[in-house]
Amino acid sequence: MPVRTAFAAQIEHLQILDEHGKLDERLAQGTLTDEQVVFAYERMIDYRKLDEIAFTLQRSGRMYTYPQNKGQEAAALGSGLAMRKGVDFLVPCYRENAALFLHGLPPECIFLHWMGDERGNAIPSGVNVTPIAIPIGTQMLHAVGLAWAYKLRKEDRCVITYFGDGATSEGDFHEAMNFATTFNVPCVFFCQNNQWAISVPREQQTASETVAQKAIAYGARGIQVDGNDLFAVYKATTEARDRARAGGGITLIEAITYRLGDHTTADDARRYRDTAEVESWAAKDPMIRTRKYLESKGLWDEQKQAAAEEHGKAFAQDIVRKSEGIAKPEVREMFDHLYAEIPDELRRQRDTLRTHSLGLYPEQSGLAVSGRRGS
Amino acid sequence: MTQTAREIQFREALREAMSEEMRRDDRVFLMGEEVAQYNGAYKVSQGMLDEFGPKRIIDSPISENGFAGLAVGAAMYGLRPIIEFMSWSFSLVAADQILNNVPKMLYMSGGQWGCPVVFRGNDGAGGQLGSTHSWCVEGLYSNVPGVKIAIPSNPYDAKGLLKTAIRDDDPVFFLESERMLGDKGHVPAEEYTVPFGEAALRRQGDACTLVSFGRPVNFCLEAADELRKTGIEVDVLDMRTIRPLDIESIIRSVRKTGRVVVVDQCWPFASVASEVITQVCERGFDYLDHQPLRVNTEDVPTPYAKNLEYAYLPNKEKIVAAVRRTLA
Repeated sequence: MPVRTAFAAQIEHLQILDEHGKLDERLAQGTLTDEQVVFAYERMIDYRKLDEIAFTLQRSGRMYTYPQNKGQEAAALGSGLAMRKGVDFLVPCYRENAALFLHGLPPECIFLHWMGDERGNAIPSGVNVTPIAIPIGTQMLHAVGLAWAYKLRKEDRCVITYFGDGATSEGDFHEAMNFATTFNVPCVFFCQNNQWAISVPREQQTASETVAQKAIAYGARGIQVDGNDLFAVYKATTEARDRARAGGGITLIEAITYRLGDHTTADDARRYRDTAEVESWAAKDPMIRTRKYLESKGLWDEQKQAAAEEHGKAFAQDIVRKSEGIAKPEVREMFDHLYAEIPDELRRQRDTLRTHSLGLYPEQSGLAVSGRRGS
Repeated sequence: MTQTAREIQFREALREAMSEEMRRDDRVFLMGEEVAQYNGAYKVSQGMLDEFGPKRIIDSPISENGFAGLAVGAAMYGLRPIIEFMSWSFSLVAADQILNNVPKMLYMSGGQWGCPVVFRGNDGAGGQLGSTHSWCVEGLYSNVPGVKIAIPSNPYDAKGLLKTAIRDDDPVFFLESERMLGDKGHVPAEEYTVPFGEAALRRQGDACTLVSFGRPVNFCLEAADELRKTGIEVDVLDMRTIRPLDIESIIRSVRKTGRVVVVDQCWPFASVASEVITQVCERGFDYLDHQPLRVNTEDVPTPYAKNLEYAYLPNKEKIVAAVRRTLA
């Protein structure tokens, strides 16, 4: 019997704007307008400032912890721009702030969360974003469920879910990809491959040459893009979104980027990463190439840069002011939102602040009761 | 006699237990997220990669269900895995392996394949980690027959119990607390182990029996000291293991005091406290002069805000109030 090829595949790598700011005009056709690129670059400045101020706040004890987004702004903005605000849905992990802000999430929500207050997870109505997910990978299945609901209701909407290279080792990734392709739901899988899962390098996370090729086993399309290239990310995500909406199948986008900061403020990446490696990636920073491109097109200059930086500073300070101005939660609030209607037993606990047995005797309470302000 | 007692941190006691057992038995290895190169997310395995090398101190991909399952296979092949969950909260994604496979392997294989794996990591509220990272798994997992559950409250027991766990032929769930890893206490340099199923009497008194395990034992000791100021002396029993449970020591104490308060950092419904009280009622009802009480967390997910988390957990004030209630 002759040996035949049962299946063959290849993974493409897309880059449109290189690290020197040079654009491939042919590939860039039909992607971002000049206005969009200027807008995106201005947001990069704003959100980088916000990122920096968050780091400072944590160091001075005003923020509990914070995962820096530094260096990954193009991945978040390019994909966020490709999804339709108010129509499509974003199911994030925790390192794509820019996409969430673009879709209407008030930045003070993210700040409040990292300041140690889960009211920051309360998403304003009309903002199609789920709360950031920190257990690693669990959100991918939520995204598939959401997309499945869209499909059942025959709504022309699409979901994008974000996760890191580390999360592709979780069973949830496999299960989510498998369900998504089997049910053919309108979902885009967006992997921010930032090379490091805390201290574990990408090579130790998986023996695959690429993350993108993992798509093939599930019957999905896989594509690798330069994640620091706004154009490539936008183009790949737009195509993936349209394909998913049309029932054409799932796309797994692997955005090659780099975590220029630490995993979180609780980490010190200098202990396990080479300075030379970090420096080589710092040169590929999306902000550098985007600015170079805009300058080469005559769309940007020193004056605009200075003004944009002033704007970013004011923007970040405003977010700090807003998030620090929110009063602490009342103790009794911890009993809220557990059930649609609070059960009697829980109500009694809330009113006496006692565990079950002690709560039988609220009249003998020697403890603080509800309504008192916590310290 | 005047020789200064050797004091080390809780995390160092854990490390000593693992290192000593690894030197003693080459079947033992440690696997988990960040345990090798990073020296452990909480520095429990600091320096172990240097001593034992990457074949025995193994960084795993982020895949709890994956490495829990790998441990089952490795144990079947005669090895003695120690599996570190960065937090027991993350063990929930490995539930099929650790609850549906590990405790049943021996039973289902007619005694052929045991599963001598130690699963260890941080349990309970670690300090503003939010509800998804603050799980107390003892309430949930102690329901499952086939596992042993050890939960030390101090460095001495941490080392002695972990050595016992590693040598044990059954799977052991070993519950630590991020909040105690820096606690210092006396740990002798000499070889010792702490047996499973033997509670330690930490304070003695006739007024009431306080029963606890793990971190809240320390809150009970604070409460006992507070109560002593007003002339109330209580027994404080540190259970040290939940499965097996040393109910005899509890009944012996209740027989003396006639009162019992169980302090448990799990949710109240179907908790270890519920089980202890049920057993006290079943076995020592006639000794009781007051209904048993329990101090659990509030029956809500662990709140994220600092003040709410404190209000949610058992603490000295709640324990003192409960003891006073039994004496009222």
